[in-house]
Amino acid sequence: AFFIFNQKGEVLISRLYRTDFKRSIADVFRIQVVSNPDVRSPIITLGSTSFFHVRVNNLYVVAVTKTNANAALVFEFCYRFINICKSYFGKVDEESIKNNFVVVYELVDEINDFGYPQNSEIDTLKTYITTESVVSATQAPETSSRITAQATGATSWRRSGDDVKYKKNEAFVDVVEVVNWMGSAKGTTLRADVDGHIQMRAYLSGTPECKFGLNDKLVIDRGAAAGGSDAVELDDCQFHQCVRLNDFDADRSISFIPPDGEFELMKYRATSNIKLPIKVIPTVTEIGTSKVSYDITIKTTFSPKLSATNIVVRIPTPLNTTDVDVGSVGTGKAKYVPGENVVVWKIPRLQGGQECSISAMAQLTSTTTRQVWARPPIDIDFQVLMFTASGLIVRFLKVFEKSNYHSIKWVRYLTKANGGYQVRVSQTFLPHPAMK
Amino acid sequence: MSQQGQDAKFFQRGKIEEFRAELHAAEAKDKKFVKRKTVLKKIVANITMGTDMSPLFTDVVQCLGTPLLEIKKMVYLFLVSYGRSKPDQIHLVIPNFLQDCNDRNPLIRALAIRTMSYIPIPVVTDALSDNLRHALKDRDPYVRKTAAICVAKLYTADPRKAEKGGFVELLRDLMLDSNATVVANAVAALSEIGDRQDGVIFKLNLATANKLLAAIPESSEWGQIYILDSLLRYVPERHADAEMMAERIIVQLQHGNSAVILTTIKALLYLMNYMENRQLIDYICKKMGPPLVTLLSSGPEVQYVALRNILLIIQRRPTVLKNDVRVFFCKYNDPIYVKLAKLEIMYRLARAENAKEVLAELQEYASEVDLDFVRKAVRSIGRLAIKVEAAADDCIQALLSLIETKVTYVVQEAVIVIKDIFRRYPGKYEGIIPTLCENLDALDEPEAKASMVWILGQFANIIDNADELLDDLCYTFLEESTEVQLALLTAVVKLFVYKSKADKAKELVHKVLKWATEEADNPDLRDRGFMYWRMLAVNPTVAGEIVLSDKPAITTDSDRMDRGALDQLLLHTGTLGSIYHKNPETFIRHAAGKALKDSPALNAHSRAVLVPLARVQLPSAMPIVVPGPGPMEPQAVSSPVAPAPPLKNDSSPPASDQPVSVPANGVSSDQYPEDEEGDEDDEESSNRQTNNLDPYSNLDNAFGGYLADEPRPMAGGRHGDEDDLLF
Repeated sequence: AFFIFNQKGEVLISRLYRTDFKRSIADVFRIQVVSNPDVRSPIITLGSTSFFHVRVNNLYVVAVTKTNANAALVFEFCYRFINICKSYFGKVDEESIKNNFVVVYELVDEINDFGYPQNSEIDTLKTYITTESVVSATQAPETSSRITAQATGATSWRRSGDDVKYKKNEAFVDVVEVVNWMGSAKGTTLRADVDGHIQMRAYLSGTPECKFGLNDKLVIDRGAAAGGSDAVELDDCQFHQCVRLNDFDADRSISFIPPDGEFELMKYRATSNIKLPIKVIPTVTEIGTSKVSYDITIKTTFSPKLSATNIVVRIPTPLNTTDVDVGSVGTGKAKYVPGENVVVWKIPRLQGGQECSISAMAQLTSTTTRQVWARPPIDIDFQVLMFTASGLIVRFLKVFEKSNYHSIKWVRYLTKANGGYQVRVSQTFLPHPAMK
Repeated sequence: MSQQGQDAKFFQRGKIEEFRAELHAAEAKDKKFVKRKTVLKKIVANITMGTDMSPLFTDVVQCLGTPLLEIKKMVYLFLVSYGRSKPDQIHLVIPNFLQDCNDRNPLIRALAIRTMSYIPIPVVTDALSDNLRHALKDRDPYVRKTAAICVAKLYTADPRKAEKGGFVELLRDLMLDSNATVVANAVAALSEIGDRQDGVIFKLNLATANKLLAAIPESSEWGQIYILDSLLRYVPERHADAEMMAERIIVQLQHGNSAVILTTIKALLYLMNYMENRQLIDYICKKMGPPLVTLLSSGPEVQYVALRNILLIIQRRPTVLKNDVRVFFCKYNDPIYVKLAKLEIMYRLARAENAKEVLAELQEYASEVDLDFVRKAVRSIGRLAIKVEAAADDCIQALLSLIETKVTYVVQEAVIVIKDIFRRYPGKYEGIIPTLCENLDALDEPEAKASMVWILGQFANIIDNADELLDDLCYTFLEESTEVQLALLTAVVKLFVYKSKADKAKELVHKVLKWATEEADNPDLRDRGFMYWRMLAVNPTVAGEIVLSDKPAITTDSDRMDRGALDQLLLHTGTLGSIYHKNPETFIRHAAGKALKDSPALNAHSRAVLVPLARVQLPSAMPIVVPGPGPMEPQAVSSPVAPAPPLKNDSSPPASDQPVSVPANGVSSDQYPEDEEGDEDDEESSNRQTNNLDPYSNLDNAFGGYLADEPRPMAGGRHGDEDDLLF
């Protein structure tokens, strides 16, 4: 069964694919998950019944089964459903689901049959599930045949050749890398990795055959051949289903017929030769039991032609902090947010090869027992345009189409940190100044 | 983007009568059917909210006359919801269904059979049968792929009717269809039928399996999953067949869908049991690592599924991810279920080479806020000390500094593991006992208290004031939990054996023995009391030798699953069973169990540890077995609890085209030497075998309470004989 709940546990969508459930099973989920403040697993099994849930905004997307279901498939299906809704309604929240519930019902009937996910390609779905009314009598069977051929065909993600026409044939390629870093208190790297994905927006007529080329010195499959220190090594990469995996396996070429519009062509992961765009040097000192002083410097390591934007440094303070004096801020603004126990330091822009620092002092209330403070790491978010932490670049994108049109391609690079760029804070105690 | 809907206003409870009136009113004057559409939306919204709209059946059905597809779909949705409860009125819609089944538009034809098959009552299924037979041969692939699933639905509703109607054969034919989507759905339907206890057995031979493989590149991602999953129904007869098949599917590891990856891994792990070529096996193991790590960049739910599976995979194939412990380090904002699963993997992957790194991480986690996570981190430090001798010194240091924090739950966890460390490294760390004694007051949980009591008793000879400490602890003897009482009893006996001349010890042992034998209600405690008393009375010297005899060494092997159980569990990779590390038939009623099938190609060691599948004969009588907590849990998996005769009685419904090849060469497992090719985990498995000779290895298991935070299914109802969630 498939449900959508709002935050209060009200059912917004309920579709029972099998007769082994009644709608009242929804109450069990509400009691076990929605009104449970301490849910510690996305899967809950009661007797033979299992509930899978994914949270998105203020909603729970829920699948229920009495079989030994493929858990990965269930979650992928929920993710896909969320993506489809995003594409159809622009956003996925209580309002958009309620406003379009009839279409949502059509969708869940189409993309899942008896619990088996079916064609869920947005481009195809949009050809026959629309928010406008369709008079069945007027829909020509020929059109329908074309739709069905596409929904079940080998390139189910693209409408057939003549249906796609653009005046200007363009393709936009965005290489987006999320860089994760965990630094020790001394600034050494505990772990660094890059989650990259290549997002493509293809506005190409007909049935274009694309070929994609990355760096010359690209090593996929670590250990197979030593790449040398300047090579770009990918630990792994995964492709959109349009990419011919057999070709990739044979000669590492990435060839495909793209879906029309936006899609994620490739995901990859790299852990070696990672260029960290920003270095952080934290000094956190506990002075006696009443104060903690912070001196934090950040440095950009990339070329001065580029710059990092939207830098947000979040510096956690102990739970018994009463106030923080932000002493000096090199660039940007810093402010203590008592509700979250952090000092937020925002820097709109920082050029490559520069550094700036902040110093601050947290005042603590005296407590009789030393409170346990988890010492959360300092977290930095930022974006750097035209830079890839893995070093990956797109060398070419070739488009072949039988009408031989000219196409324009655009490539952009973006590296960002998004909650995963962190440095730990060490525990250094200084005796109270009076005791020195 | 399409225009935004404005339908939220329909989410208001309405009355049946109002809706009926509105529907009637709409019949008179309804331009473009707007009115009817509105009422139907209100009705659908009310169904969603759980209001019973079934009294409107005849009124809603009237709307089928309108040519609007949107209205048709809403009426069909209504029928799917209430059709079953209106067997006497459903005939009203049959003509509409039949008309739609013959519509020129394939989408309508498919919609009709799909909807009909959702209403499993005889009137509808009878009407469906003929149309479904046509639909399975429809010229349009969309109709065929829909029809394939319809057969599975029909089979669920009435297996015998579906068989008599020849639908299973028609499905088999669809496996050779020219359209990959149709093939995939046919495979999905056959698999569902084959998993039923009363279903037609679904097996693949080499030729069919190869045909299915050929359909993979053209299938949708979901279709690929159905096909890859079905490969487990093919039993390779020759090593070469298994090897060839693995080579063909290995490219799917590059797929962007995590379920495709995990299902591919499941198929690869399965095929590896039938392979001979070491190089290829190593290659496949190497190839599996990176995609598994990549799954950790997905959403947290998929990460969780991946982590629970990785935990199984690395026990069976230790070379996978051997050098990747760092990727399992917890991120501060990982959800708790991800953190706990990562912690377990970190411990499994810890070796002398990376112990320092792992320890540093564990120490970091020990200062976080989540209670379960901190406790597990502290315990993991202790387990690390036991597992990796080279790291023991550092681990002890770490534990001591944790004890200094005086945080009670941290101290308690530390004491529990230190007890085991003392047993693992006798005579090495007793110097820290005074530090532990200082924290005696912090202990209020039974397990921690019992551990400390054990330490006091065991080392009463070197703890000067052991008698005083034990005496203090005995003040509350009668209120303690049994676990602590038993520990106290043994500890004072040990104290007496060490210091039989001291009055205090004499007095104490007498007091406790008296309590245990005269005042305790617990038979175990009483019996142990009598036993000690008599031993001490008959021959104190011998009693001393017995009570203080050498303890069997503690190892970390007992928390590993044995190979046969693992082989079996890995057949469920990616599914719920792999999340809970339990065979599905042990916690899901009617779930199909799986077992490796013997064949000449089956690896000898796998054959030796083969766990045959007990197929349950009487489905409804099967109890739900939800083993309770405790150290025996992993072992429980190895011997399926199903109360049925073994393999031989594999029920063989009509179409079993291939008898299960059993005992002939499978039984006498002791003839087979240890896996000659040196299957990766050899060294460890032989280790384990010697360990199994130790009858105590599981009695005083080092990690007794360790599984406390393991995810596990919860029992639904008290009785297994009725539906487990009743409403």
